[in-house]
Amino acid sequence: MTKLLSIRLVAILAGLGFALVALYSFVVGALAFLTEETAPHLPYEEPRDFAFSFDGPAGKWDVQQLQRGLKVYDEVCSACHSLKYVAFRNLSQIGYDEGQVKAYAASKQVPGIDPNTGEATTRPGLPTDYFPSPYPNAVAAAAANNNAIPPDLSLITKARGDGTNYVASLLAGYQEPSAELLAEHPEAAPGPGLYHNPYFPNLNLAMAPPLTSTGQVTYDDGTEATIEQMSIDVAAFLTWTAEPTLVQRKQTGWPVLIFLLFATVLAYLSKNQIWAAVKPKKK
Amino acid sequence: MSFPWAKEYTPANGFTKFLDEKLPLPRLVYNAVGAGYPVPRNLSYFWNFGVLAGFFLVLQIVTGIILAMHYAANAQVAFATTEHIMRNVNWGWLMRYAHANGASFFFIVVYLHIFRGFYYSSYKAPREMIWLLGVTIFLLMMATAFMGYVLPWGQMSFWGAKVITGLFGAIPLVGEPIQIWLLGGYAPDNAALNRFFSLHFLLPFVIAGCVILHIWALHIPGSSNPTGVEIKSESDTLPFHPYYTVKDGFGLGVALILFMTMVFFLPNALGHPDNYIEANPLSTPAHIVPEWYFWPFYAILRAFTVDFLFIPAKLLGVIAMFGSILLWFILPWLDRSPVRSGHYRPLFRKFFWFGLIPAMIVLFICGGAPAEEPYVMLSQLATAYYFLHFLVILPIVGQIEKPEPLPYSITEAVLGSDKKAVLGENASPAV
Repeated sequence: MTKLLSIRLVAILAGLGFALVALYSFVVGALAFLTEETAPHLPYEEPRDFAFSFDGPAGKWDVQQLQRGLKVYDEVCSACHSLKYVAFRNLSQIGYDEGQVKAYAASKQVPGIDPNTGEATTRPGLPTDYFPSPYPNAVAAAAANNNAIPPDLSLITKARGDGTNYVASLLAGYQEPSAELLAEHPEAAPGPGLYHNPYFPNLNLAMAPPLTSTGQVTYDDGTEATIEQMSIDVAAFLTWTAEPTLVQRKQTGWPVLIFLLFATVLAYLSKNQIWAAVKPKKK
Repeated sequence: MSFPWAKEYTPANGFTKFLDEKLPLPRLVYNAVGAGYPVPRNLSYFWNFGVLAGFFLVLQIVTGIILAMHYAANAQVAFATTEHIMRNVNWGWLMRYAHANGASFFFIVVYLHIFRGFYYSSYKAPREMIWLLGVTIFLLMMATAFMGYVLPWGQMSFWGAKVITGLFGAIPLVGEPIQIWLLGGYAPDNAALNRFFSLHFLLPFVIAGCVILHIWALHIPGSSNPTGVEIKSESDTLPFHPYYTVKDGFGLGVALILFMTMVFFLPNALGHPDNYIEANPLSTPAHIVPEWYFWPFYAILRAFTVDFLFIPAKLLGVIAMFGSILLWFILPWLDRSPVRSGHYRPLFRKFFWFGLIPAMIVLFICGGAPAEEPYVMLSQLATAYYFLHFLVILPIVGQIEKPEPLPYSITEAVLGSDKKAVLGENASPAV
């Protein structure tokens, strides 16, 4: 008994000790909070909510849109950004037939080896090849872009919060900083080589506005290529590159849930039936 | 070890007779989770979570073994092989999402299992050993989950590994050599990734071993129950099968509906977007946060912001974080109230619902929030309460509290105050 008492005594002392030290940190922190001014956050905007065809539990790809998005990537983004986890063969999933995939792949030069000399060279792509990087290596990418390496875009919509809306908002969101913002936060003014964008967390982005005029890309399906339309389309395309199985995933989910719901109802009824015999009853 | 009225296993045919003589495995199962295990008849749905935890452990092992067939633990390719699983492996995306969300669900059910134990003081004699094994399982789970999160080699993997192994660097004198030894280098790299993979593969089987001991220890006193009154007679119990197999089956169905909803419709909701960026030692994420199930303990770690006397704040945080879980080991000897169930402990119940639960919620929110006010101050108050609750309030409440009257037996509790009520026509059914 005395031994147990001593365990509790030690515990009580330890508990008071931990609480005291935590409260000491609290008091010091609270005093600092009351007396010191903390630097305010720069006010950046949450992504706009574009309604995409693949949103929601029953979402599906809009194949036309993915093809338009590929064209925007191909003609604009691919000048600086790689897409290294996507192979040309994957394009068959967004409505291209075998011949179109082969032709598209062949129109790209990928790194290869000269079969006669063994020297590094380039060759036309095959469907099994992956999208080539615009730069031979990270050093070249940094050198060409004022030391800011353009990120690979394969996973970009999964690597940002609310990624699809974020990419579309960012691309369509370049603008001059407002006078009020600069009056309140003079440090928010873009430095040399930086561009103001309200959707970027520190408001200053090293990427120059990539989509600058309507009709910059000529869509094959006749859709008018406004800046916002191109932004939305390429964001949809990059959602597909980030998770080509997204629609398959949602479509698999429904039968699984319906089966589970059915099985769970059966389990519940079985439970009631088995337990009925032993539940307390009035005489 | 069991109750005298427990049903005995009788082999039905020649083959099971043969088996029963040579290797009585069917008898073992029958006595463990079959009709041969008498269980209190009044268990609520809070007693479902042990079985659910077992299910998610098995699910993690199965999906994990399949993922390991396609993953390569090398810092050059780990991120790419994870994407290979997501894109090229047939149903690889399902395996990976099930494994990632399975870890979260494993923790959800284990937290409910543990807090069930807190409320009903399931840790009290004669069940101390079950509790000690349970806390050990929880610690092993935390180590396993942490190392598993490193394997995709994303930004949070890398920086999480750096922060957590950095905790050992806070130990005076030997901290830095220990950190370098743990990582196999000065920062997480190939050596760390390889050993984390090796241990992440090993530890689930250690957990499975501890689970077997946990269940073995459970079968000596038998299951606890919501009244906390021990089993007195046969009418207090029902055979595990079919009564609790069917009830657990229903519980499993509900858990799977929630789980599959996450896997198929919100697979990344519990993860962090930064982990889809490949690890980059030269670029620190704006906010380094662990997985959600570590948030309360991460908040305790970060609550100690000021050096106290000669002890650096970081060391205080590390001691408090490990201490906050290790103190669970001595709970059976701290809480000396003769009454187990929170139902009959008015004072304890107030501290549980209005003290511990709000403190845990605050710690959870603060652990996931950036280290800025007001989160830091809130986490400091909640941390102070957390330690006071377990180490000071629990021992004292047990001494001064006047418990409410307990029912004489489980049967009486089930029948309630209605004198005319009787147990169903098969009060103790023959199965």
